[in-house]
Amino acid sequence: MINFIVNISDYFYRNKNFLFLLFLLPPLSWLGIIYLGSLLTFLSHSFFSLDGFTGKINYTFTLNTIFELFNSRANFDILIRTVGLALTVTFGSALIGFPIAYYMAKFTSPKVKIFFYIAIMLPLWSSYLVRVYSWKLILAKEGIINWFFGKLHLTWLLDKILSIPYIGGPSLSISYIGMFLVFTYIWLPFMILPIHASLERVPNSLINASLDLGASKRQTFYKVILPLALPGIAAGSIFTFSLTLGDYIIPYIIGTSKFFIGQAVYTHQGTAGNIPLAAAFSLVPIIVMIFYIKTAKKLGAFDAL
Amino acid sequence: MRYNINKASWNLKIGAIVGLLFLHIPLLLIILYAFTTEDKSYQFPPPGYTLKWFKIVLGREDIWQAVGLSLRIAIISTLMAIILGTLAAAALFKKNFFGKESITLLIILPIALPGIITGISLRSAYSVAGIPFSTLTIIIGHATFCMVVVYNNVVARLRRTSPNLVQASMDLGANSFQTFYFVILPNLGSAILAGGMLAFALSFDEVIVTTFTAGQQTTLPIWMLNELIRPRQRPITNVVAVFIICITFIPILYASYMTRNTSDAQDSLK
Repeated sequence: MINFIVNISDYFYRNKNFLFLLFLLPPLSWLGIIYLGSLLTFLSHSFFSLDGFTGKINYTFTLNTIFELFNSRANFDILIRTVGLALTVTFGSALIGFPIAYYMAKFTSPKVKIFFYIAIMLPLWSSYLVRVYSWKLILAKEGIINWFFGKLHLTWLLDKILSIPYIGGPSLSISYIGMFLVFTYIWLPFMILPIHASLERVPNSLINASLDLGASKRQTFYKVILPLALPGIAAGSIFTFSLTLGDYIIPYIIGTSKFFIGQAVYTHQGTAGNIPLAAAFSLVPIIVMIFYIKTAKKLGAFDAL
Repeated sequence: MRYNINKASWNLKIGAIVGLLFLHIPLLLIILYAFTTEDKSYQFPPPGYTLKWFKIVLGREDIWQAVGLSLRIAIISTLMAIILGTLAAAALFKKNFFGKESITLLIILPIALPGIITGISLRSAYSVAGIPFSTLTIIIGHATFCMVVVYNNVVARLRRTSPNLVQASMDLGANSFQTFYFVILPNLGSAILAGGMLAFALSFDEVIVTTFTAGQQTTLPIWMLNELIRPRQRPITNVVAVFIICITFIPILYASYMTRNTSDAQDSLK
């Protein structure tokens, strides 16, 4: 028996190519058949259309379903709204994430750095739903933010902010600003880690050189540190941008009645039974991301990952 | 003027502290709310504190069934992800061949694409193939996107393992099986385990793909999502949320503890 096993393993050791195929076959066929197969089948539906009378899918090639995304005002608004939100969330996370990443990369002892590292990992890996839920508690009418503003006698200020179009909403828990906060909170760790990685690679001697050569601290930051952190920001933005593009749960729970791409996909495949339009909507985040990643690659995003 | 590396400006310190608070206050608030006596709203500050909700949750059959189902799914899909992910890593870590980049992309794709696209694709494939929704259909979906975390961990470890190690073992008289069993496997063990734990956490928490691939089954995240959409039992939800926080923290702390001495701690948690 032992001899048999050794013989087999010797055979594998000598025939590396055979072993390679043996290794690759199970994962490749799983992903290729189950995953890619169903994915391409679904996405190809965007070239079919839904028969309005029978409610059945008409399997002849057409581009009308894709045109429907841009021809219909409501659909086009959904695209713009989603991309706008994704950009805002990306900007917000970069703004909040940068100081943590910068502090962590340049001003911490190894021990403190591990503390920071775990402090960023824990929220990243803890439950998505629980973290969304926590904001339901925070944004509620009787919740902590309203309580805080009430204590400071600033409730009027909050109401004013909420009444601004495109930012506010009927209440904090159903508003764009609430949605922005939740999205930023959920994806923030994805932004911090790559920025940290890119800043860690900036040698201190470079910063000292800039200061020695007469640049002020401010100039050093804007002309030396920030440009070198840009690949990290670009890498992080891939996550924050793409994750916001595809999410439908947060707009569903915190959002107003205005739809986002994820919700549109969800409704069209579900209650409406319009798989072709759902597939067409699904193409948008994929195509946007392809272009986005190409741009980010030019900024050096993939070296910062 | 020297750049003092130990001194951050006050602005930066405050910025970092505010960021950390922003990341952690929400979870702390949930823990606080689990003890509130108020059960009709999310009143802050809580009017009083009690432990009774924990006792009620302990007696709730439906929640424990959901927990059981989620655990079962997570365990099986993690095992499948470990097998598939490790195989893929073993095949791809060294060899360069035509189409390698496409295969790597294919492994990352399930987690890179929005969950809703993966979910709907699988759902329509199931219905075309006539497969009824069951626990198995959920597991297939989970194993697909869990594979990548195991793959990442193992591939990082394999790249750092020196090929001399294998040669040394062979030179010293071990046969190829002994080399595999006593040298390669122990070397990979902790990477596989760390990847598996992250896969477990990922599966245990997943809701979007699950929504589309589950029939009548209620996993814990689906139970949670229903409560998020229509809050009916706020105090119960708070306690369940605390429970989920604890359950997902254990594998993460453990995974980072296990990879603490190796430089791939950063890779493993990505």
